[in-house]
Parts: sequence; structure tokens; C-alpha cells
Amino acid sequence: MAEQAGNSRVGEHGALSCGQALSFSSPTRADFERLLTRYPTKQAALLPSLWLAQREWGWISREAVDYVATLLELSPAFVWGVVTFYTMYNRAPVGRHLIQVCTSISCHLNGASEVYAECRKRLGDPKPGETTPDGKFTVVEVECLAQCDKAPAVMVNDDDHFVITKDKLEAFLGSLK
Amino acid sequence: MSGLSPIEPVLLARLGRPDSASIETYLEDGGYASWKKVLGGSKSGEWTPAKVTDLVKASGLRGRGGAGFPCGMKWTFVPPKEKRGGKPVYLLCNADESEPGTFKDRLLMETDPHQVLEGMMLASFALDVKHAYLYIRGEMVHVAELLNKAVASAYAKGFLGKDVLGSGLDLDITIHRGAGAYICGEETALIESLEGKRGHPRIKPPFPAVSGVWGCPTVVNNVETLCCVKHILDRGPEWFKSIGRNEKNTGPKLFCVSGHVEKPGVYEAPIGVPWETLLAMAGGVKGGRKIKAVIPGGASAAMLTAKEVENLPMDFDGVAAAKSMLGSAAIIVMDETTDIPKAVTNIAKFFAHESCGQCTPCREGTPWMHKMLKRVVNGEGKKTDLDLLLQIAGQMGNGMTICVFADAAIAPVLSGITKFREEFEAYIAKSNHPDFALAAEGLTNRVADRTAAGIHS
Ligand SMILES: Cc1cc2nc3c(=O)[nH]c(=O)nc-3n(C[C@H](O)[C@H](O)[C@H](O)COP(=O)(O)O)c2cc1C
Ligand code: SF4
Ligand code: FES
Repeated sequence: MAEQAGNSRVGEHGALSCGQALSFSSPTRADFERLLTRYPTKQAALLPSLWLAQREWGWISREAVDYVATLLELSPAFVWGVVTFYTMYNRAPVGRHLIQVCTSISCHLNGASEVYAECRKRLGDPKPGETTPDGKFTVVEVECLAQCDKAPAVMVNDDDHFVITKDKLEAFLGSLK
Repeated sequence: MSGLSPIEPVLLARLGRPDSASIETYLEDGGYASWKKVLGGSKSGEWTPAKVTDLVKASGLRGRGGAGFPCGMKWTFVPPKEKRGGKPVYLLCNADESEPGTFKDRLLMETDPHQVLEGMMLASFALDVKHAYLYIRGEMVHVAELLNKAVASAYAKGFLGKDVLGSGLDLDITIHRGAGAYICGEETALIESLEGKRGHPRIKPPFPAVSGVWGCPTVVNNVETLCCVKHILDRGPEWFKSIGRNEKNTGPKLFCVSGHVEKPGVYEAPIGVPWETLLAMAGGVKGGRKIKAVIPGGASAAMLTAKEVENLPMDFDGVAAAKSMLGSAAIIVMDETTDIPKAVTNIAKFFAHESCGQCTPCREGTPWMHKMLKRVVNGEGKKTDLDLLLQIAGQMGNGMTICVFADAAIAPVLSGITKFREEFEAYIAKSNHPDFALAAEGLTNRVADRTAAGIHS
């Protein structure tokens, strides 16, 4: 479903407010200006601009949507529609470590579902996408990460981790400070 | 010489070479020779776009992204300059690689990004492209960084930009990151996504070659396809054709082997090698166990039984003859201990999650299939569930939807239930569903009649 394809890894509902108007820092603004030179339309810079927003603020708030919409001369509703289609734009703040456990078929065949369940158990059973009270971890289930030869595959923030079997989980979580 | 004898790696030749991703080592190893050759001969007319296209056509190269469409032929669908009304042509390299079980394009981009870029450059020359984009899936953050570095060094050396190597031709390449959506690998969804929209596949026609990104003629090619183009220009179409099973299945091919094998990984072999050769390359089945099923082309491909894969030629036509598909050459091995209903449920969940939602049969059908399968493996299945599942699946595919995602979604369900029905029935036999005792034979029979009438064939 559109809603399903758009199920953000984190954050369940609407565009949450971060409580203040936002604008890019000057280095990010420069990156944004460079982006615009790479496409024949402003709209095409939307996905990369949202990436810049997420790099800058960690997640896509209502204010980030409004700001990016203004920059690209799009309506906030359109931008929000795009944000919600893709799973990687965080629609709420996430923990310091966003743990993304692949449970697709090759990882599944190598015990990924148990790894995911165990991971959540060890972190006190947060709901999918919920952050632990200490703000350290957010755990989500994701689809194939194109690391199937190193199953079970896990991504933490932008980094790939391989062969995270159930028995390695304790050491693995311990390594995330 | 048989086209199936073992080959020296071609696409992965530089795997393991220290610093293989840098432009310096690429040049040391003879990289960009074809790009220099083609551009160098472009002014004199020794090298023309048509000549490059003809070589690719003559090689028999078929697209490595999934459908196996002849690459050179696709390129000829782009209207000639005088019929384009001044519109530019765009080349999009499809690096969305999200089909479960597929991890070959990642390896190509990680170990040899300049090989990919050179393929894009040569294709751009053939297609009169001035700006090419590489659409990489959002999760491959570090690969995208590496590609951006490679692009920057290619500009610095004058292989990209204005008046490339004094040829008078301009070419830009931009790396564009997706943001997490399997469907964006479908070429028209990729186009929408690149335009800055939700990744909704477009109704075809018009085909992208006529009207693609920004309403301009567009060619979408897979990463591995474009790498092959570079080698065809390096070594010629005859060499390419000397590798492979027959005229229709030519060249070196990357196979992604995962699941229950001793050495999962990417293996390069002539396209069309028998199944056993690949399995041996991957170290055989884990723990010396027996095979129960093999998915030959990613989660979208129909499962094959151990018997069906015996001696199977691993190429587009070979796997199609077994009523499955080579797809992205993602081979997922399931040994005798595998719980097939659970595996099928897992795959159904993937498709339910990834449907883009435009077409009712797909948007509604994929979650229903997943829900029913979950019910079966959770011990709450009804006797009628299997036939109902087959019936639902039968109403989703075969042109009922905008794109072939729906066909992909039903293939694992149909093949799983048809070929391993007793495993599903065993779950249902132990079911404690309250309706179970009703044994709705009437409904079962009606469904069976419809099935016999070919309604879901
Ligand atoms: C649901 C779906 C997902 C796809 N995903 C990919 C993908 O991740 N990578 C890819 O190269 N092709 C993918 N394709 C195939 C593309 O639509 C297109 O055929 C291909 O990129 C063309 O390149 P080729 O001719 O070089 O194979 C997908 C197709 C469908 C229907
Ligand atoms: S078949 Fe499914 S994925 Fe394809 S366009 Fe229709 S709803 Fe979207
Ligand atoms: S199935 Fe987990 S990385 Fe591919």
C-alpha cells in the first residue's frame, strides 16, 4: 500500500513539529545550491534536499517540510507526500543508534527473525520505531540490504554490519556506545 | 571451445586489487582506454554513436537488471535526433538493487566504480546523452560517497565535463540517492523518483525510450549491463559472444548465491553454466545437506524444486523454460530443513510492504496474501485457505496492474503452494481455527472448479 510503502522506519504519524522555524546552515545551503545545478528542474532536487535536511536535523519535521517546500517552490503537502512514500526519511527523532535489522528471505533463512526479536527483547521491548528511554537505540526491521551473502545483515545508522547472529548480539549491542 | 568453460573474471577482474576503486589504479590497469579510443575517433568519424550501438547489438548483450531485454535493441528505440524536437536524451543507470537476494551491483560499484562510469560514458556516447544519472538505493550511503569521489576524479582528469578530452562533446554524470522503496527499481518508478516524486510506476506506453524522465527520451540500464558495455568496447563483440551457452545468452554473468550454501557470495561465470557448476562455486549446500528448493532469480522468481534445478542452464532462456526466471540472478538456496510455508510468508510480507498502492489488485492482494499465509503458519489456517490464496493470486497478475510487481508478488506464492502443498497442508491439519471443523467443502470445491477452469492459470 502507499501507506505501507511509506511506513517510515520510525515515527508513526503526521508531520511532527520540532517547535521552531528552520533553515539550512551555510555549508548545507552551499550543498543545496550545488544540487540545483545538477537537475533541469527544481523538483528533482527534492530527494537530495530531504537528505540534506535529515543530515542537518536528524529527522524530517513539519518545519523541515515547510522549509524544503519553500526552497523548491513546491507545496508542503506535496513534499510531505514524498517524505511518507520513502522509508528512510525519519518522521520523528531517532536514537543515537538506528539499528536496522534485515529480515528478508536470505537473512530469514539464516535466523534473522530471531535476531530481530532478541534484539528488541534485550533493549526492553520497544515498539517498532520507538526509541529506548536513554535515547540510545531505535530498532527497526528493514527489507533486503543487498548484503545477503553476509546474513544476517544489520545496518546501524549508515554503517553495515555482517553476520550478526543471535549469539553475537550481546557483544554487538555492547559495541554501540 | 565451449562458451561454458571457466573464464578469467571479467567484471570482477579487479576484485582484490589494492585500491581498486581509485582512478589511478583503474588507469594503470588500462581503464578508460575505450573511452579515449571512442572520443579520439569521434571527430574523424571513425567512431560514431551508431558504431558503438552496432557493436553492443552484435554482442548479443541482454540487460542484467531482470528482464533480459537486448541492450543494443533498446538503444535503437530512442528516436533519431531530427524526431526529438530538440529534447535531450537521458541515460539512467539503475543501481537501486533491492530485489531480495541480489548484491552484485553493490560489489561492482564498491570494487570498481570507474568500470561502471566508463560503461555509462560509452552508452552516453552511443545515445547522444549529455547528462547521465546513476540512481543508487538510499541504503548504500558509503557506496554513493565512493561513487561521488570517482565522479569527481573523472572530472578532474577530463573524462567528464565540457569538451571531454578535446572531442567537442560534453558529458555530465550525477549520482542520485533514493530513499528506501523497492519499487523505485522498476524503471518508470525510478524515473518518477528522480523527478522528485513518489515512486509510482507509469502506465506504458509511452515507453521511456520515447518519453521518460522530464518528458525526454530515456534509456534505463542496470549497473552490470553498463559494465558489460565497457568490456564489449574493449574486446569486441566476437569475444563477448564466445562466452555463454548460445547466441541468445552471451557474455560473462554475475550470480549472487545466498541462503543455505557454504560460501555465499557473488560468482562470475559464463551465462548459461549448469546449476551444479554454480553450486560448486558456492561451496555446495551448507553442512552437506540436501536441497529442497532454489529461487533462481530473486524473491520475484518462482521457486524450483531440487529436481527442477538439476542440470538447469543458468541463463534467461534456460530458467524461463523451467517456468521461472533468471531475473537479477539472485540464487537463494533452501536446504532440506527449510520451512517452505514460512519462507513463502516471509516473501509475501516483503511484497505487501513494498507495493506502491496504485492498483487495487496489488495494493489489496499483497497484504491479503500475507495475512492468510501468516494465519496458516501461525496454526490458524482454514482448510479453504490454500485454494483461496491461489485464487487471489490468480486475480492479481497477467496485465491486471500498471507494472509487473504484482506478477512478481504472486510467483513465490503460487510456486510455493503448488510445489510444496503438503507442507502447507500439514500446518492446516494442526490448525486450531474455530471454523476448521466446519470443513467448508462447498467453498473448496467451488474454488477447485474455478481453478480447473483456468481462472488463475
Ligand atoms: C518491481 C521491479 C523492481 C526492479 N528492480 C530493479 C533493480 O533494482 N535494478 C535493476 O537494474 N532493475 C530492476 N528492475 C528492472 C527495471 O525495470 C529495468 O528493466 C532494468 O533496469 C533495465 O535495465 P537492463 O535492460 O540493463 O536490464 C525492476 C523491475 C521491477 C518490475
Ligand atoms: S502493480 Fe503494484 S507496484 Fe506496480 S504500479 Fe500497481 S500497485 Fe504499484
Ligand atoms: S536478505 Fe538480508 S541483506 Fe538481502
